[in-house]
Amino acid sequence: MLKKVPVARGESVFEDFKGAYTQSQAEVEANRCLYCSDAPCIAKCPTAINIPEFIRKIATGNVKGSARTIFESNILGMSCARVCPVEVLCVGDCVYNAMGVPPIQIGKLQRYATDLAFEQKQRFFEAGKDTGKSVGLVGGGPASLAAAHELRRLGHACTIYEKRSVLGGLNTTGVAPYKMQADRSVEEVEWVLGIGGVEVKTGVELGKDLSVADLEKRHDAIFIGLGLGPDTSMDVPGADLPGVYGAVDFIEQFKLGEAPLKGVQTAVVVGGGNTAIDAVREAKGLGIPQAIMVYRGTEEKMSGYRHEWAAAKVEGCSAVWHALPVAFEGAGKVQRVRCVRLDEQKKPIAGTEFSIEAQLVLVAIGQSKLGELLADLSGVKIERGRIIVDADGATGHKGLFAGGDCANGGKEVVNAAAEGKAAARAMHAYLMGGKNA
Amino acid sequence: MPDISINCAGIRSPNPFWLASAPPANSGAQVQRAFDHGWGGAVWKTLGQPIQNVSSRFGAVNYGGKNAIGFNNIELITDRPLETNFKEIYDTKKKYPKHAVVVSLMVETKEEWRDIIKRSIDAGADGLELNFGCPHGMCERGMGSAVGQEPTVNERITSWAKEYSSVPVLVKLTPNVGDILPHGLAARRGGADGVSLINTIKSIIGVDIDRFVPNPRVADQSTNGGYCGAAVRPIALHMVAQLARCKEFGLPISGIGGVTNWRDAVEFILLGSTSVQVCTEVMLKGYRIVEDMIEGLDEYMRSHNFETIDQMVGKAIPGYTEWGDLDLNYETIAKIDDKSCIGCQLCLVACHDGAHQCIHQPKDPSSALRVPVVDESECVGCNLCQIVCPVPGCITMEPVDNGFTPATWNDHTTKGAALRPKKGAH
Repeated sequence: MLKKVPVARGESVFEDFKGAYTQSQAEVEANRCLYCSDAPCIAKCPTAINIPEFIRKIATGNVKGSARTIFESNILGMSCARVCPVEVLCVGDCVYNAMGVPPIQIGKLQRYATDLAFEQKQRFFEAGKDTGKSVGLVGGGPASLAAAHELRRLGHACTIYEKRSVLGGLNTTGVAPYKMQADRSVEEVEWVLGIGGVEVKTGVELGKDLSVADLEKRHDAIFIGLGLGPDTSMDVPGADLPGVYGAVDFIEQFKLGEAPLKGVQTAVVVGGGNTAIDAVREAKGLGIPQAIMVYRGTEEKMSGYRHEWAAAKVEGCSAVWHALPVAFEGAGKVQRVRCVRLDEQKKPIAGTEFSIEAQLVLVAIGQSKLGELLADLSGVKIERGRIIVDADGATGHKGLFAGGDCANGGKEVVNAAAEGKAAARAMHAYLMGGKNA
Repeated sequence: MPDISINCAGIRSPNPFWLASAPPANSGAQVQRAFDHGWGGAVWKTLGQPIQNVSSRFGAVNYGGKNAIGFNNIELITDRPLETNFKEIYDTKKKYPKHAVVVSLMVETKEEWRDIIKRSIDAGADGLELNFGCPHGMCERGMGSAVGQEPTVNERITSWAKEYSSVPVLVKLTPNVGDILPHGLAARRGGADGVSLINTIKSIIGVDIDRFVPNPRVADQSTNGGYCGAAVRPIALHMVAQLARCKEFGLPISGIGGVTNWRDAVEFILLGSTSVQVCTEVMLKGYRIVEDMIEGLDEYMRSHNFETIDQMVGKAIPGYTEWGDLDLNYETIAKIDDKSCIGCQLCLVACHDGAHQCIHQPKDPSSALRVPVVDESECVGCNLCQIVCPVPGCITMEPVDNGFTPATWNDHTTKGAALRPKKGAH
């Protein structure tokens, strides 16, 4: 029995940013789909879901078949429907955009079909005939889950090793709660593992409780889906004051329980990527009156998605551009953020220091990479903490594959799902004496 | 300003839009409300020996998320007392003297026809419509389409009606025949002043696939009904045009069948109808649709320099001919406008799977512009790509000058006229 998340969680104050479709809404939207041939939306999906096909099936009332089409390509289709940045993927390439017509809401339709499949407890896949081979998967996030499911379809025994007590990776601990909440992610994990034959060992951390050598003794192949490491901290005075958190760490706190918000009037989020935007929207949504993003670059060039930042502004978040914290100050806990203005080259401009009163600081300037954990293995190449793999997820070390954030440096859930599945197929070939064997 | 008033077989109305004999013209209150909305006339729901109806009565064909592109019913003629109907016809005519009130009739014996015609005229009917068309229920009792399918019976009853009527008589024809002409000509021989067509088409609208019974369901069973609505318009247009182009026929026509808007009405008029009758679209959307019908017709007439409806009637009939008289040397090819193309490639898949495999991927398929390429040497000009294209005007069918003089199949077989080489026939 997998561990559930607590019922009382800070994130439960959030409502869905994109609500679920009713049957009528789904059918009207599905009927708008042009059913393009060789559709551009498919090409934009890392898991290449046959989008026009699953949408047509909603329109004809074959919703179960629609879910099957989705899961056939992406077993994490339920969470991806909610967390994918569809605006820059499938929906962004819907041909209706070129016609000046609102694009098809593919994510919402996918959610409709997959939610219904979950509600009706539909199962679509069975484990393959036992091959006698065994794969160890390190990390219980989307990449490993997708890999394990595919491996089970192919008949290989699987064991997932996860350092936390819950599975799902960032789907459980990191996804913005107005997209998906932790309990839903855990339901998905249970649904995926429902294929059977996946042993789960929680509280086991690579490099601490377990080495690759141990795994090699137990398994015929290994998949590394470690994700990313802890938040990068800022090397400024006061970085260790209470009230200063890594954003990913703080998000995990209110997703799996309660986060310390008492007395916080203003939250400052440092950074301009998607984690920073999530964090500033979440701070606002958690009830903090002021949520301010401090970013060294400009609004035009921030790495976070434009559509996400647009939503953040609507929700009342603000930003200070071209600014860099130089110190976190306060007596016994953070009370203000001292910043300096930056010029076009992001160099501090002397004499431009200013302070923002803030009782909470979330640092979202990146996460450490865990690749170094494998650095000593023969054949494994690590680049800036990232494990280098080929298109099949193979590392240079025989029988060792990797995928997801630890290999791609930090992308979307859908990328992890695609990479996990691709690696599973490559591992199958390897295990059955084919490629890489 | 165009004059949209009409005189159809001696029945005058301020515009060509009449309610067809059906539920929207079931009572005085309804017809009067329709006139207030702007309808020019109404053919009263068929009078005869009042019947008992079933429940339910209507079914629909839905397609692509649109409700009721086709419709059917198993309802019969009026279920209200004749006295009530006649009183309401009288009141309506009194209040709306300039609107056309045509009374649809369906009885059996000569005496019954005599009586009901007299009472209709006494009530103020501007014309009569003999319902020889209803394809369900009444035909089992020897009326409706049972009459319309037998030219001799049609002619006999029409002649009775003409004998007793002092107002124009329209014969409403059934489409449930192989060829409409003998039936139109029978009405003419019987002395009809005009015809109205089509009545509904014998149909099973659909099946309840969970209960294993057709729709509309009456307890555990159903029966065939009369098909109508937008989807039947092409069948109606053909039958109207068949009669309109027949020189021996020559009677005014009131067109019916799938008229949903002014554009549909214009099509019926151009193929020979003087008035058009509407039922299903009113049932689905209400009398209010007539505002746009009047405005659209008026605007159409202005833009095409028509002053009267008569100038429009049958205007497209010379353009309707036999296949053997079509120019086989006329050639078109599809052109795709790469500026408006959105890259859905529906034309490509349709051409590949449903036509002549002459639309292909662009040379650089990785290009962001997914504009397909037409192989003009293979394109037969079938129109399929244009039909599936979601962007108005993106695909056009352009005529090609192939150097051949026009030649029809008839020219070819009788005079040996030269035909261009076939395309795509390999």
